[in-house]
Amino acid sequence: MKKTYKIEVDCANCALKMEETAKKVEGVTDATVSFMTQKMKVEFAEGSDAKTVMEQVVKACKKVEDDCVIYVD
Amino acid sequence: MTKKQKKVLYRIIAAAVLLVILHFVPVKGILALVLYLIPYGIIGYDILRKAVKGILNGEVFDENFLMAVATVGAMALGLYEELTGGQGEFAEGVAVMLFYQIGELFQAVAVGKSRKNISALMDIRPDYANVEDEEGNLVQVDPDEVEIGTVIVVRPGEKVPIDGIVEEGTTTLNTSALTGESLPRSAKCGDEIISGCVNLSGVIRLRTTKEFGESTVSKILELVENSSMKKSRSEAFISKFAKYYTPAVCYGALALAILPPVIRLMLGMEASFATWIIRALTFLVISCPCALVISIPLSFFGGIGGASACGILVKGSNYLEAMAKTGIVVFDKTGTLTEGVFRVTGVYPEAGWTKDTLLEYAAYAECFSSHPISKSLKEAYAKELLPARVTEAEEISGHGVTALVDGVRVHAGNGKLMKSLNISFPEPSEIGTVVHVAIHGGYAGYLIISDVVKKEAAEAIAGLRAAGVRRTVILTGDNALVARYVAEELGVDQVESELLPGDKVDWVEKLLAEKNPGENLAFVGDGINDAPVLSRADIGIAMGALGSDAAIEAADIVLMDDNPMRIALTMKIARKCLRIVYENIVFALAVKALCLVLGAFGLANMWMAIFADVGVMVIAVLNAIRCLKVKI
Repeated sequence: MKKTYKIEVDCANCALKMEETAKKVEGVTDATVSFMTQKMKVEFAEGSDAKTVMEQVVKACKKVEDDCVIYVD
Repeated sequence: MTKKQKKVLYRIIAAAVLLVILHFVPVKGILALVLYLIPYGIIGYDILRKAVKGILNGEVFDENFLMAVATVGAMALGLYEELTGGQGEFAEGVAVMLFYQIGELFQAVAVGKSRKNISALMDIRPDYANVEDEEGNLVQVDPDEVEIGTVIVVRPGEKVPIDGIVEEGTTTLNTSALTGESLPRSAKCGDEIISGCVNLSGVIRLRTTKEFGESTVSKILELVENSSMKKSRSEAFISKFAKYYTPAVCYGALALAILPPVIRLMLGMEASFATWIIRALTFLVISCPCALVISIPLSFFGGIGGASACGILVKGSNYLEAMAKTGIVVFDKTGTLTEGVFRVTGVYPEAGWTKDTLLEYAAYAECFSSHPISKSLKEAYAKELLPARVTEAEEISGHGVTALVDGVRVHAGNGKLMKSLNISFPEPSEIGTVVHVAIHGGYAGYLIISDVVKKEAAEAIAGLRAAGVRRTVILTGDNALVARYVAEELGVDQVESELLPGDKVDWVEKLLAEKNPGENLAFVGDGINDAPVLSRADIGIAMGALGSDAAIEAADIVLMDDNPMRIALTMKIARKCLRIVYENIVFALAVKALCLVLGAFGLANMWMAIFADVGVMVIAVLNAIRCLKVKI
């Protein structure tokens, strides 16, 4: 399952870091962050719950980049 | 500017004003340090906080950390000088932080602006659809809420929000946002029109055939928005580079601060720790990788944006990058280089007949046939056919037709038909399908019907060659004679004919094996029946894809109209984009390397360091924005 989230991030390097971090979260098989379109695309592992996984992704991203916002609705 | 950016701007102004005031206040010692800490705190508190957080989270080597170390180091050095009885300098640390923030702000504004420009270029999203309520009043609703089969009204100047069929009204449509083609298209009752076009002249009522999410405009928007998710190799290279680069320069700076003084001490000289620490800090400021990290995705994004304004949809930066290194271009013939429509291209009457009468008899004889050949004959005749003039029309399968036209027996068909009638006929040397005509039992001449080569095709092939394509190949299911003729006319290097769809895949495999290292193979098709080949090639290009979902899905690059010149244009855009990417990489690395060396030898001061960081980044961003401009 793939989902796209709107994000807010200030620098391209931070976007890269967010991508690296999101990829390492459990339940995420792949993640891409586009700094240009300010979007994060997350591919979830089979059987994982998008909502709980995203909570972890947000937490992990906040850790590496304090300023970032991920809109999980 | 966003709220966040405005806040930074106010902080910059406040800190700058304080810095200027402090410059004229004659304070010394610890008091000076305390006073300078005020503007430093205003301008740098978030950087310091981020740096500390980074360390706590184990993310040590980022640019915040670099800036924090550089500026705190400079302040500490000032304090050290004060304590050892010298003249401490605190302004520099504050100034470095100040300029760093100015640079960051400029970057954020510049990037935000170009992002907006590019998005505006691609902004074909309709905001509403007009639906009639029970009293016949027009109500604006969200296109997402319109169900299939609803009648919507599109007024002049509005965007067509959803794909549908015209039920009432005639108009002209501007498709330039989708195709890059400025010539308007006309639409009348019964025509299928696609969303994203702008209605120019008349009010039309439209019965929707798709939901908004499935409509052309949504498909295209999704495609373009996702395009920057697919990263190019250059982008991947830079991310990897940044990962090793930042720690490397940090250790480099540490070594620069410690090793030379220690060596000097061992050699019995004065250690002069202060000098080397300043050099190390300068080194740190220079080394920020921002310029690289920002300018490369921005260049690709600009290139994709510029291409989409020309009706070329590139599905990812990786494809744009691959396109720039295309060495072999393989074409499907029909519908790509040729119109895919059969037309009468030659009328050759025997002595005693005129071209017009020959065409007239042939058109009438064929007028009850549904064969594509008869269609093209009718088109060539161009006058209205009166069915009453034709009697006893009969189709002779595999041979042609026979009919009485104004009471005169006419036979029209291939050589077999003429042979069966024992009529002698010449063997034409022209390429195409031959229609022999016999009138009243005597040979009257022949007509040639063939697929017409697109008028831009030869120019497109030449354009590709000029852009660095070394080999062009046609793969077609058509017969050898026709295929060779088209190839020769267009100057294509190689032609393989009478192929089944499966053979085309085999041929592409063979060509893939023959390509030089580092070059790519592009396949251009019309998106119908060639999905396997499109996906097998390094780059699959689908042409004339307007309204064809299958083609949009199968291809990597989608040309919205069927003009082959766009292939050469895509290549040009790709090459320009990649050139700019390389320019930026080389320029940024060269300036940084130079400044790093100068910094290590103490020849570069903090100000030069700031230029190496912020200045290079600004130049790289401005250069990247050039990708957006496309010269056709």
